[in-house]
Amino acid sequence: MGLPIKLSDLEGKVYRGIREIRGSLVVLDPIPGVVFDEIIRIRAPDGIDRLGRVIEVSRDFVIAQVFGDESGLQHDSIVKFTGSTFEIPVSPDVVGRMFNGRFEPIDGLPKISSRDTRDINGNPINPRAREYPNDFIQTGISAIDGMLSLVRGQKLPIFSESGLPHNRVAAQVARQATILGREESFALVFAAMGLKHDEASYFISQFRESGAIDRSVVILNLADDPAIERLITPRIALTIAEYLAFEQDYHVLTILTDMTNYCEALREISAAREEVPGRGGYPGYMYSDLATIYERAGIVKGKKGSLTQMPILTMPGGDKRHPIPDLTGYITEGQIILSRDLHSRGIYPPINVLPSLSRLMRSGIGPDKTRDDHKELSDQLYDAYSRGVKARDLARIVGEMGLSDRERLFLKFADLFEKRFINQGEYENRTIEETLDIGWEVLSILPPEELTRVRESTIEKYYYKAKAAFEGIEK
Amino acid sequence: MRVGEIVKVSGTVVFGRGIPDIEVGEVVEVGEEKLIGEVIRVFEEDFAAQVYEPTSGLKVGDPISGTGKKLVAELGPGLLMNIFDGIGRPLEDLIKLSGPFISRGIKAYMLPRNIKWEFKPTVKAGVEVGPGDVVGEVQETPYLVHKIMIPPFMRGVLKEIYEGEFKVDEPIGIIEIDGEDKKLYMYHEWPVKIARPVQEGGRLPLTTPLITGQRVIDVLFPVAKGGAACIPGGFGTGKTVTLHQLAKWSDTDVVVYIGCGERGNEMAEVLTEFPELQDPRSGRPLMERTVLIANTSNMPVSAREASVYIGITIAEYYRDMGYDVSLMADSTSRWAEAIREISGRLGEMPVERGFPAYLPDKIAEFYERAGRVKVLGRPDRIGSVTVVGAVSPPGGDFNEPVTTHTLRFTGVFWALDADLAYSRHFPSIHWLKSYSLYADSIIQGYVEKAVENNPRLREIWPNVLEEYPRYRVEAMNILTNASEVESIAKIIGEKALPDDQRLLLLTNELIKEGLLRQNAFDPVDSYSEPERSVLILKAIIDFHRMAEKLVRENVPIDRIIESPIVSRIKRIKLDDRKFDAVVELLRDIRDNLSSIAEEYRVSITF
Repeated sequence: MGLPIKLSDLEGKVYRGIREIRGSLVVLDPIPGVVFDEIIRIRAPDGIDRLGRVIEVSRDFVIAQVFGDESGLQHDSIVKFTGSTFEIPVSPDVVGRMFNGRFEPIDGLPKISSRDTRDINGNPINPRAREYPNDFIQTGISAIDGMLSLVRGQKLPIFSESGLPHNRVAAQVARQATILGREESFALVFAAMGLKHDEASYFISQFRESGAIDRSVVILNLADDPAIERLITPRIALTIAEYLAFEQDYHVLTILTDMTNYCEALREISAAREEVPGRGGYPGYMYSDLATIYERAGIVKGKKGSLTQMPILTMPGGDKRHPIPDLTGYITEGQIILSRDLHSRGIYPPINVLPSLSRLMRSGIGPDKTRDDHKELSDQLYDAYSRGVKARDLARIVGEMGLSDRERLFLKFADLFEKRFINQGEYENRTIEETLDIGWEVLSILPPEELTRVRESTIEKYYYKAKAAFEGIEK
Repeated sequence: MRVGEIVKVSGTVVFGRGIPDIEVGEVVEVGEEKLIGEVIRVFEEDFAAQVYEPTSGLKVGDPISGTGKKLVAELGPGLLMNIFDGIGRPLEDLIKLSGPFISRGIKAYMLPRNIKWEFKPTVKAGVEVGPGDVVGEVQETPYLVHKIMIPPFMRGVLKEIYEGEFKVDEPIGIIEIDGEDKKLYMYHEWPVKIARPVQEGGRLPLTTPLITGQRVIDVLFPVAKGGAACIPGGFGTGKTVTLHQLAKWSDTDVVVYIGCGERGNEMAEVLTEFPELQDPRSGRPLMERTVLIANTSNMPVSAREASVYIGITIAEYYRDMGYDVSLMADSTSRWAEAIREISGRLGEMPVERGFPAYLPDKIAEFYERAGRVKVLGRPDRIGSVTVVGAVSPPGGDFNEPVTTHTLRFTGVFWALDADLAYSRHFPSIHWLKSYSLYADSIIQGYVEKAVENNPRLREIWPNVLEEYPRYRVEAMNILTNASEVESIAKIIGEKALPDDQRLLLLTNELIKEGLLRQNAFDPVDSYSEPERSVLILKAIIDFHRMAEKLVRENVPIDRIIESPIVSRIKRIKLDDRKFDAVVELLRDIRDNLSSIAEEYRVSITF
């Protein structure tokens, strides 16, 4: 909890007495001058300070939400009203540092001291001031670069399930992501919400190994840290990310994991407030609340930096229709979905490209950006792979012998696509050229007249060359 | 100004006290920063207001004052090519006032006050004028002439009318109303929640198709000018791209596009793309006929409702000039959710998935503002507002309140399908689940338009006017029957089916690939002219009829499937010779199948 601060050292009004304690909500007497959304500190007789936030003010009472452990709170506690909303100090010195979920240092170094502060809720970017993102980010992962291209300023989440290697995929992206043609690296802002200790240390050791730690800001709320704190952790991270991107000219990649834990904290607070629950008990305003996090990605006209987001969430029960992935998908610019089926067949990264999507892909690819055939090739791969998967489903019922020759060919394609295109090493960093060439190689087992999503001129240019090359490999 | 005080703050809802004559719908200024809000309930002592800006920092005892005005839109020249936030503030002005991030308490006029417009009167001083009468014109953009009208409910004698360059807040004339002289301006204010009046009994039947250039819509599920359509779909099914396509290519004079609770980057995309794209009819940049309203998902929730009403009010205003207007709202679910959130904060009883009982009324009120009407005033004019509302059903499940209620009040249902989207079949409008109640009364208009655009269509297909509706029905039948065959094929495999059923599957695929699937980002395919769409339909159905004859004469279906003509039909929409390419294809289909007939020594004449 950091150094004990004397409450009298803080500015603001001090009151004694809590009327009611309902889990992480406390009801206080109506104190004049209390402002909506202001930050309070509560000190119980146990001497521990807790942070809180005012969420309702009226003539009869004040309701506040407490971040931190509520056990030990009692009627006779002291409450300090700071008069300000949640703000954190910002400075270029945050780069290379590690903090807990309340922005207190955990790397043994002193606190960030700066008079320059920012409200963690931020302000919405004026849509008129946005630059439409169109810089291709090469992640070195074929499934992403070829089929779900990420662009600078995009928010592209990973939808995963417990037990799948989403952390490894995210770490690989963090290690390898570069802007094509420019060897610029990203500054990383990593925010963990309710992450297990071993997962957190995996990420940190990955950042250390690749040297990324020197350009990272790590903010950790771990599984045994207070759940309610998770409501502020991503906002602190994004406030820093915005500061670095739009005031310090960094290209920032922000990884937020695990958003499912965040949403559960949101549900907890909503239940404590006795709000009308929406689907799955999550509050009806979860969409808007998540939007205030995800929409903080982008590029602002006239600013050099950019803010790219890669949130990770585990779908409860692997269900994409669960409110958390569902609402996320409605806000983010696509989704990368990991599949247990591919994982159990030993494919890494187990990205199921069919339900996955990158909405900004087409603005980042093409002749001057990646290659002229990229769009058509990926369309054709999607088409052929979905036919192959359909044939595979059919073969489960009628047996492979029951398939027509054409269906069998597509089935063979699907297998090859998974093994050669999707599958790659965790430390294998493919260039976009390599990715696209592999795409043509796997397509070359189909006859050219099946490639109806590609122009004839594109077939002339790439197909036959790839076919010859691939037949060479086969031999 | 009547001033009261705040007694409670709960999120975006603020309760005030001390203004006895406050009324529902009145705009209030809240706190020291004068945040804008709207009164939504009046209780015995207190009243509740939803605030259109973040409420952090408000406290009990802060002032709250009634402005005596409803939430209004300023209607006049300067709306086109502009982009507004949910409560009608131009986003450009907000950048000037607070930089790239929107801060609180900023005030800005909806219409620019610094631009001078060239006003040309069309009536002479001394005439009696009434509501809706056109008194002059302004060339608002090179694309559109803005008619200056007498506001509804105003009637009198036009004593003076000027000509020349004026700003919107400079008078363009004097009107005498009941013996009193009033200044006449190029703009007036209108309360956004009230539908603008039209001639009594002025609602007209919907008989003209809205031509969108999207084949699945124009051919199978068309919408009428003045109609309303609902387009629900889970995330990633292509709602937004479809709406963008409609905004780009619909043959209306004005497009109002509302981004309600959606992504900021999507608005940035429209702003980047529309000035670059050309309207296929006039050759002018599309932006010149477009009004944008952006209340992105991270902007205040309560302004989502306002954004929808401001949009429809602007649409009605251009309709009143006698124009065809289309309005796209993406997404109405976010508006409904905002209603739910406010209702929850007021402690109202939820009835269905947390939504209040009055949700259907609100939805009905909105869609009923669509229509084709005789507008008020002289000269006689007919205008229309077509409304297309996207719906974002949770989990992609259409059986939820917003979708089901919207369907009750709209005539077209474009059901977006996740499976189609996953195999990248776009637009993912599912042909078996969608419907159009307007189809029967407007398809004739569509094919007439096709002939008008390109009279050669009639040379190539002499009976096109009579036969087209039958071809359309035949395509629908093939799609329906093929889906039954497909479900059998899923069990026994396609190979085990008889040849006539396999032909059905083949034609099904040709319709899907060649006609329904359309690439929004391909320069040739993005907009499909009516004459081209009509002829592609003919090519596929003719192919089917001829192939059917061959199969009946025991020509093996595999011989037909192998024929190169099949992949030509699938690719024809990408051919940059457009109409001419399809004309050539028609001939080649006949030649190709004839030679197959000869090969098998079958004597058939096609």
